[in-house]
Amino acid sequence: MRRAIIAASAIAQREVARFLNQRARFFAALVRPLVWLLIFAAGFRAALGLSIIAPYQTYITYETYIIPGLCGMILLFSGMQSSLSLIHDRESGTMRLMLTAPWPRWFTLGAKLMASSFVGLLQVAVFLAIAACFGIQMNIMGYIYVIPALFLSALMLGALGLVLSAKVRQLENFAGVMNFVIFPMFFCSSALYPIWKMKESSAFLARLCEVNPFTHSVELIRFALYQQMNWPALGWTTAATIVFFVIATVGYEPARSKR
Amino acid sequence: MIRTLLLGTCLCLPYAALADEIWVTNEMDDTVSVIDAGTLEVVTTYATGERPRGITFSRDFSVVYICASDSDAVQVMDPNTGEILHDLPSGEDPEQFVIAPDDRLLYIANEDDAITTVVDTQTRRVVAQIDVGVEPEGMGISPDGLLQVTTSETTNMAHWIDTQTHEIVANSLVDSRPRHAEFSPDGADLWVSSEIGGTVTVFDVQTKAEKGKIRFALPNVRPEKLQPVGMRFSPDETKVFVALGPANHIAVVDAQTFEVLDYILVGRRVWHMELSPDNSKLFTTNGVSGDVTVIDMNSLKPIKTVKVGRFPWGASARPTNQ
Repeated sequence: MRRAIIAASAIAQREVARFLNQRARFFAALVRPLVWLLIFAAGFRAALGLSIIAPYQTYITYETYIIPGLCGMILLFSGMQSSLSLIHDRESGTMRLMLTAPWPRWFTLGAKLMASSFVGLLQVAVFLAIAACFGIQMNIMGYIYVIPALFLSALMLGALGLVLSAKVRQLENFAGVMNFVIFPMFFCSSALYPIWKMKESSAFLARLCEVNPFTHSVELIRFALYQQMNWPALGWTTAATIVFFVIATVGYEPARSKR
Repeated sequence: MIRTLLLGTCLCLPYAALADEIWVTNEMDDTVSVIDAGTLEVVTTYATGERPRGITFSRDFSVVYICASDSDAVQVMDPNTGEILHDLPSGEDPEQFVIAPDDRLLYIANEDDAITTVVDTQTRRVVAQIDVGVEPEGMGISPDGLLQVTTSETTNMAHWIDTQTHEIVANSLVDSRPRHAEFSPDGADLWVSSEIGGTVTVFDVQTKAEKGKIRFALPNVRPEKLQPVGMRFSPDETKVFVALGPANHIAVVDAQTFEVLDYILVGRRVWHMELSPDNSKLFTTNGVSGDVTVIDMNSLKPIKTVKVGRFPWGASARPTNQ
């Protein structure tokens, strides 16, 4: 057990050290949601009108609405970044080295997933602190309740990243991941607009939003920020995490890259 | 077992009846909704005359007066039963009113007749009718009861009425469509909101001279949507809350500097406000969205929006834990 913890913490330390050394990555991870929050949300504030939906008890500004979606966005990009680093590790041979350790593959990948989720959590914490400075504040208990919701969401999106890294052969193909995974997942969700609003224009798109696991992770975060539990969202996010992780573990080949 | 149940029931009943209440008139439903100020739920709804708007309790809270505008009546309701006890002779189309500190005289704005009607609530007789400007609406009375102010929407004036002689002693021009008049609790200032002008004018009561003018600006809201109507002083008299109509916000104004401190998001087309009897919450009537937003007075944050009837308009509070 002790050796397992040492091995897992070594992987985690490597992941955190890599993140801290890449300052540009850290700022990019923050700038993206902040641009959405401070520019995009300001422009769309009036256009989207007012409504009261759970978990909100009263009318809210658009900036308040998109905070959980932007937390999800950070975790989504963090998960994809992690998959990118996995491909890099595979191409450089580091992953092959790591997998020679006397631990099953699921353990090594799981440790990597936990570490990248922790890094994602750090980014979200800084983002929420900056948002609070701009007057978009939650109840203090909301910030505590949201930690497990964020971590589970980070695990789910990181596990999706693992699946992609198992399938994407080369680093250059990552642009395709952006186009075919990140953007559809983000835009076809409740991150930027409530599903009832989407339903007004297309019932089909609304249905797609409803089955998108990213929608459920965003809703899990949204409810947790208001100290409420969204059980269906928890179920969806947990199930998606397990499914993605199993697929990744089974399908991962350390020597898959085309060289 | 039965004794325990009976005792439990006896203990619970007083609590059920003790909650403070906020009464809200629903203009399009011809009803009044009663909100429990503690649980923030609608506990009951009573039928009223047609198009109820202004609402106020007698100072001893034994009756509630309701302006049933399209019934051309001020109705007197028993707040414990919801029964309409009788009507007062209000004149045509009563919209707003104010009760004098003596709890006897009611000053009613008759929008269609351009008069302020003074009714004795005990004898149920009209004491006086005072000609004012066209479309009177805003009604305020000084804390000492000596001055009553009626604002006329089309004449754009605040008419200062001496309550001893029932004569106009001064007229003050304000910006377009003045709809509400509110004296400061110390009686030194009079605040008049102008809906179309988008301003609030503050007068010195002693000199009747203008002391200041407040303008509003909200990012992402067109200036013509900033239409101040209802106003309320905070319990500590340091702030004034101004309902901004279709801007869907309440402005928080410093009562001394007249500076706008903050804007609070509420429902659509906010008309008027009422403080809970314990001064912990402010309730806003949101006409178009058909709900009431509750603002926490400590944090000045909206905490809940409660669905009521269609087009809620006026609000009045009743402390039931005295």
